Amino acid sequence: MDYRKMWGELGMDVETHDNLCAALPPAFTEIYLSQKNRPEGMGFWDMVVADIHGIRPAELIEERKKGRKVFGTFCLYVPDEIIIALNGIVTGLCGGSEFWVPDGEKHLPKGMCPLVKASLGAYYGRTCPFFRVTDLFVGETTCDGKKKAYEIMSQDAPVYVIDMPQMKRDEDVVKLAREYRKFASKCEIVTGNSLTIDKLNEAIRITNNKRKAMQRVYNARKNADNIPISGKDALLMTQIAFFDDPVRCAQMCDKLADELEERNRRGVSVFDKGTKRIMVTGTPLAIPNWKLHHIIETSGGAVVCEEMCTGVRYIENLVDEDGGSLDDVILNLARRYMKNNCSCFTPNPGRIEDIIRLAEEYHVDGVIDVNLKFCTTFDTEGILVEKALKEAGIKVLGIETDYNDGDSEQLKTRIQAFFEML
Amino acid sequence: MKRIGIDIGSTNAKLALLDEKGIVLHLLAQETGFSSLEACNSLLGRLGEFGIDVSECRIASTGYGRDIVKNAERRITEISCHAKGAARIFSRSDFLLIDVGGQDTKVISVRRGEVEDFAMNDKCSAGTGRFLDVMAKIFGLDVGSLVELASKGRGTSVGISSLCTVFAESEVISLIGRAVPKEEIAYAIVYSIAQKVASQAARISADDSGVFLTGGMCENAFFVEMLSECLKKRVVTDPKARYAGCIGAAMFLETPMN
Ligand code: SF4
Ligand code: SF4
Repeated sequence: MDYRKMWGELGMDVETHDNLCAALPPAFTEIYLSQKNRPEGMGFWDMVVADIHGIRPAELIEERKKGRKVFGTFCLYVPDEIIIALNGIVTGLCGGSEFWVPDGEKHLPKGMCPLVKASLGAYYGRTCPFFRVTDLFVGETTCDGKKKAYEIMSQDAPVYVIDMPQMKRDEDVVKLAREYRKFASKCEIVTGNSLTIDKLNEAIRITNNKRKAMQRVYNARKNADNIPISGKDALLMTQIAFFDDPVRCAQMCDKLADELEERNRRGVSVFDKGTKRIMVTGTPLAIPNWKLHHIIETSGGAVVCEEMCTGVRYIENLVDEDGGSLDDVILNLARRYMKNNCSCFTPNPGRIEDIIRLAEEYHVDGVIDVNLKFCTTFDTEGILVEKALKEAGIKVLGIETDYNDGDSEQLKTRIQAFFEML
Repeated sequence: MKRIGIDIGSTNAKLALLDEKGIVLHLLAQETGFSSLEACNSLLGRLGEFGIDVSECRIASTGYGRDIVKNAERRITEISCHAKGAARIFSRSDFLLIDVGGQDTKVISVRRGEVEDFAMNDKCSAGTGRFLDVMAKIFGLDVGSLVELASKGRGTSVGISSLCTVFAESEVISLIGRAVPKEEIAYAIVYSIAQKVASQAARISADDSGVFLTGGMCENAFFVEMLSECLKKRVVTDPKARYAGCIGAAMFLETPMN
């Protein structure tokens, strides 16, 4: 189907966008479709990617016609539940391609993390439909780069910023709950609906179900003797989850999980015996950033777990479903989200504990700590992470990389050397 | 069967021929030039001069050009090969290996003859041989003469503070403009790279095992001295050290593939 008319109506720079449309399919074919023995369930995600700027944006346009509002988010600390409870739609907006970086650099300093540059580049370059259908951009005070980027964006776009705590003491949880309350009021104004306890409970169930379904897929990756799905495919599923309708996402993930569990029973693996089981940890891998997984999985390794926001951080920990009053339920939300261990917090020992626990649960042979260039918090925390892992006897390789492919060969050498060492 | 290890690096290509017992028979080197394939073929061709029939030998390759070595039965990264080769050359199994190459600098911690941990600087040329190349050119010297000149500039208070080769280059030019004696600038240059390599090494090693230097820089005595100073540890090297990679590659043919 041709979506160029729709993109034009959205005010996009269709011609520049054509370049992206031309580049994505060959990359996807090379990186994804060339894989052997993929689970059939991946067909759904292949279809979504094939029309990534078509199918879902068209759905969002239809929903907006019915009066629903779209909330664009950039971080795991934004509580989807509140938006869903108010009949809003959540869409992730993080940019994962070098394609958007030059446009971002027109509005931001060069020495910034590519994720921020790409996200703002997609906005200012008018080359991403999701930005064009967003009614409210929801920011949060996590890293310095994003904080300042939201200021810049707010000059010509509707931006709301959630003020995040920086520590994880009891009073910080209470503070976050207060912030969520304020955010809910903002969402009420934008949607014209009011938050009720029933609606919020329902939204919590929907979001928990999505987490549970995704967790089933991840659980299938824990099998020590069989790798039923490649890391690339699991990553794709997770990346798309940020954009999809949560109920459909849960259905598709459940279906995929059924297939993977069956594969585990029958010993159907995507990789040969002896392939190194790798966990990656660090900065998020926004779609279509598949570079690291691709290098790992063409160098004798398989990614079996991502301790990342595009990974277990997104799905682990459920919100308590037997709430009480609206205030109690919002406090429960804050409790759940505070369990996410992002390097923006200080101190952040929970992340190291998570990595060590996950290394065991997913039976990993080694950990690759990846940092997007210019992400100060993850870069610095990497020193603590690597030290702790070495002390725990877990082999770890630290790498820093960017969106462009210039360093692929060097990364390959390092990663292969790491595998030789395992 | 005799064993050949070929190391196709970005600047130099090297070859080691080992006999059945693992004794090193021949070591060859030449510039890689524009074609790694040609460099590889020419190295193999030179074995003919010693009456060696390459088709009767087993081959393993390493280095960034390892994939172009057609008949290699094993391809191993330079990290693993350097460690193995160095363990042989230095007859030690626990040590810290520093390789300052043309395009990258590697620090490898070796335990029981195996790579235990490593760090590689390959994105920024400031801590690599490339930095010295650029600086030597400003003076119209080769790297060896620059390092020698540096030894006469000891005790200077002149320093290079830029972390980046391009900025360091302008710093050097402005020092020349201020008529600072050449040997003092040269000293500052060599000191700066030794410092960078030392701080990279500090992230990898904590204990007191020996430090061995391989790669092109090991032929510059004053650099070895400076590095020892910056690391506060004695750095040892060996004339065969630049062949560590290819010797290591050939040695990999002794161990069965797992
Ligand atoms: S890494 Fe931190 S700031 Fe970035 S999305 Fe995750 S939680 Fe948010
Ligand atoms: S990767 Fe780091 S710098 Fe980039 S947006 Fe996330 S927290 Fe900020």
